[in-house]
Amino acid sequence: MNGLCLYGCYAAASIKSQMQYPASFVLLSIGQFLSTIVEFIGIWALFGRFQGLGGWTLSQVALFYGTVNISFALADMISRGFDVFGPVFVKTGEFDRLLLRPRSTPLQLLGHELRLTRMGRLLQGALVLGTAVGLLDLSWGLREVALLLFAIAGGVAFFLGLVILQATLAFWTVESLEVANTLTYGGVAAAQYPIEIYSEWLRKFFTFVAPLACVAYFPIVGILGLNDPLGAPQWFLSASPLSGFLFLGAALLIWRLGERHYTSTGS
Amino acid sequence: MPQIAVQDLSKTYRVAERQRGLMGAARGLFSRAHRDIEALKCVSFSLEEGELVGVIGPNGAGKSTLLKILCGILEPSSGHCEVDGLVPWNERILHVARIGVVFGQRTQLWWDLPVIDSFELLRAIYRVPEAKFRPTAEALINLLKIDQLLHQPVRQLSLGQRMRCDIVAAMLHSPSILFLDEPTIGLDANSKLALREFIKSLNRDRGVTVILATHDMHDIEALAERVLIVGNGRILRDGPIAEMRAQTSGERRLVVDFSEDVGEVVMEGTTILRRTARRIEFAFDPRVTAAHTLIGRLTAAHGIEDLSIEEPTIEELIATFYTSHDAVEA
Amino acid sequence: MICNPVRPYLAIFTARFLMMVQYRAAALAGIATQFWFGAIMVMALSAFYMGGRGSVSMTRAEAITYIWLGQAFLGLLPWNVDPEIVLLMRTGNVAYERVRPINTYFYWLVRAMAWRTGATLLRSIPLLIVTSVLFEFIGLGDWSLRPPPSLEALALFVLSMVAVVFLSSAITTLLNISVVWTISDQGINIFTNSLVIILSGMVIPLPLFPDWAHPVLFVQPLAGLVDIPYRIYFANLSGAKALGSIALQIFWTAALIVLGHLLMARTMRRVQIQGG
Repeated sequence: MNGLCLYGCYAAASIKSQMQYPASFVLLSIGQFLSTIVEFIGIWALFGRFQGLGGWTLSQVALFYGTVNISFALADMISRGFDVFGPVFVKTGEFDRLLLRPRSTPLQLLGHELRLTRMGRLLQGALVLGTAVGLLDLSWGLREVALLLFAIAGGVAFFLGLVILQATLAFWTVESLEVANTLTYGGVAAAQYPIEIYSEWLRKFFTFVAPLACVAYFPIVGILGLNDPLGAPQWFLSASPLSGFLFLGAALLIWRLGERHYTSTGS
Repeated sequence: MPQIAVQDLSKTYRVAERQRGLMGAARGLFSRAHRDIEALKCVSFSLEEGELVGVIGPNGAGKSTLLKILCGILEPSSGHCEVDGLVPWNERILHVARIGVVFGQRTQLWWDLPVIDSFELLRAIYRVPEAKFRPTAEALINLLKIDQLLHQPVRQLSLGQRMRCDIVAAMLHSPSILFLDEPTIGLDANSKLALREFIKSLNRDRGVTVILATHDMHDIEALAERVLIVGNGRILRDGPIAEMRAQTSGERRLVVDFSEDVGEVVMEGTTILRRTARRIEFAFDPRVTAAHTLIGRLTAAHGIEDLSIEEPTIEELIATFYTSHDAVEA
Repeated sequence: MICNPVRPYLAIFTARFLMMVQYRAAALAGIATQFWFGAIMVMALSAFYMGGRGSVSMTRAEAITYIWLGQAFLGLLPWNVDPEIVLLMRTGNVAYERVRPINTYFYWLVRAMAWRTGATLLRSIPLLIVTSVLFEFIGLGDWSLRPPPSLEALALFVLSMVAVVFLSSAITTLLNISVVWTISDQGINIFTNSLVIILSGMVIPLPLFPDWAHPVLFVQPLAGLVDIPYRIYFANLSGAKALGSIALQIFWTAALIVLGHLLMARTMRRVQIQGG
């Protein structure tokens, strides 16, 4: 039974577990929906006031917003195991049990819980994206759809990589350092706008260090059929979500190092 | 060809020393003082397939460290170890697929789910083919008598019930070796007896190699043919249980509470371990001087309020082995 | 003694305040997070100002100051239930609240005050310093927190901030009381979070909302948490208008305190019925 199949089993178990409390699930999902959509209401109001953002229209910005929210919501749904890694697995020694199973530990941590309540953010992002697609006059062919899916997948990989990096810290320090929240939520807040509006050093950071731009800005510009105002070549616009996967790969390598440290020094 | 071969296994932990006070904390940013703790020192032994071995020793003796290394979740500082031809920590995934581990007081089952759901998840994790899983699971469920518990969520089970489910869970993938770490801790007397029976039949009828780490001398006596006494990071004794029994039956304690203050009480064939004005603790060898003889002599000579006969505790036993091996800490 | 009735409240305040101030590591992480979020909002808003048309009643510099002040005083926002109260509910110790010889409502109010101000103090000072003084020094003056234009503005601002503390505490206490009814705080937190951050002006400054929404937005109670004090700070609201806004803050505070006081009696009775 391969990893994907096993994840399906984990997911089914997690859903069953959460469905024991249906009222709580509905309440939290609605709450999530509301607390995320206030951000878009803010953007909407700003467009109403200023009638434009440096050449970008509201519908275009809505594409960026929707994509990055969907990516993050999906990553958020599957990453609880890493989120609580320090206090739940390292401090208690529960990680030993994961090591005693003949599977990779990241896979097991992904299977720890499927946070259905994050659906609130997902729905909200899909709503915004869907509306934007409806309002924009674009040609939606196979290329555009594929690129959008690629961007979202790359985004999920990127955000997952961030959470894994934070979790890896727990191998070395007992203190839980909540830095990843800054990067993940901050990343969403930053990427909901086209990064073209930011200053150069920040754009470079989001392209080469934390490739947020590669999983939102560049592919969306490609979908919009525009020439990138920042001058990136067309092939890059289509290929950039790959950086998200590379980022995740790097995070997993560092995770391996952390795991090695754990088994050689003991807990 | 032994199933488990351990040669000169050593493990040293490096623990950072916390400096005290504000100045210490500041200094701690630049240089950290370290303390080395030798948890295992040149441990060697080997095990054949199908053995049931008890590993006994007080806390901090190195039992857990040894177990973790054998399980493959801890790397030793030096030495060799092979289990079924694999080096545990180097080939973790291959190795753990062949072993089952049960920790007392800690369950590996999913808390909110019915027991049977946990079993199904484990089947997926261990990649057990459907055709093999059904009969194995059924046999285990019958053996440990948990068929009534299958549809209850784990959080509703008592400790004894959970332990049985955990043992089934650990055996679902038909491992050849079962590690048990304090499985009877916290259980009532009946559950303990039942659990010991189950473990015995797993070993006897199914040929599973069992390594049982415990504090409980009675567990060992009931189950193990061979015992490893671990003390201070070393194996102090590795031999058949019968020999150990001979050693321990060689000493008994008699604690006597006198009805009035007594002075010197000399009894032939005894040594006085402790004394206060009214209580004396005698050590004697029951093979040389029968307990009833001793008691008879005492009651004839003095007024007795209360008395009890005790065995030396495992800690005292190990201390005895320790000093008798002249292993003195530097 | 004159200060006798106040003494227990002072003790409660000090204890909780000191406890909050000790969470240094969390504070440091919090500062970094808030700084980052503030920076993004400032950059995005700047882009809107520079690229857009439309009429605005707030200058770009004022909007930036608004955002930095908001981040600095984020701890004062009444967006969640006090975890201590949640714990009291879960353990059942809430029944003991009635045993103390002081008015339960005011006890909780003072506790809320200590909690919010304690959480804010550690984060506000570094943020204020960095975004005002440091930014000027390293050439980011364009994006810095500007000082108030006059002493009068500053004085009114301080007055308004005091009102914020009371208003926020009154709202917090209402939230805490509601937890006694709902037991779990998860549901409450997530709803009040959205409501508070948008209606106070934390998502975007209230004046930037459409003009037709202004009459309602400026008058609702949450405006007194962020919008009113910061607009007083850079004299967007000045003189009589400023005093009127402060009066609005006080009005809502008083109303919520009265409401809370009335509810507290009912609530504590419920606790006794439940068995605590």
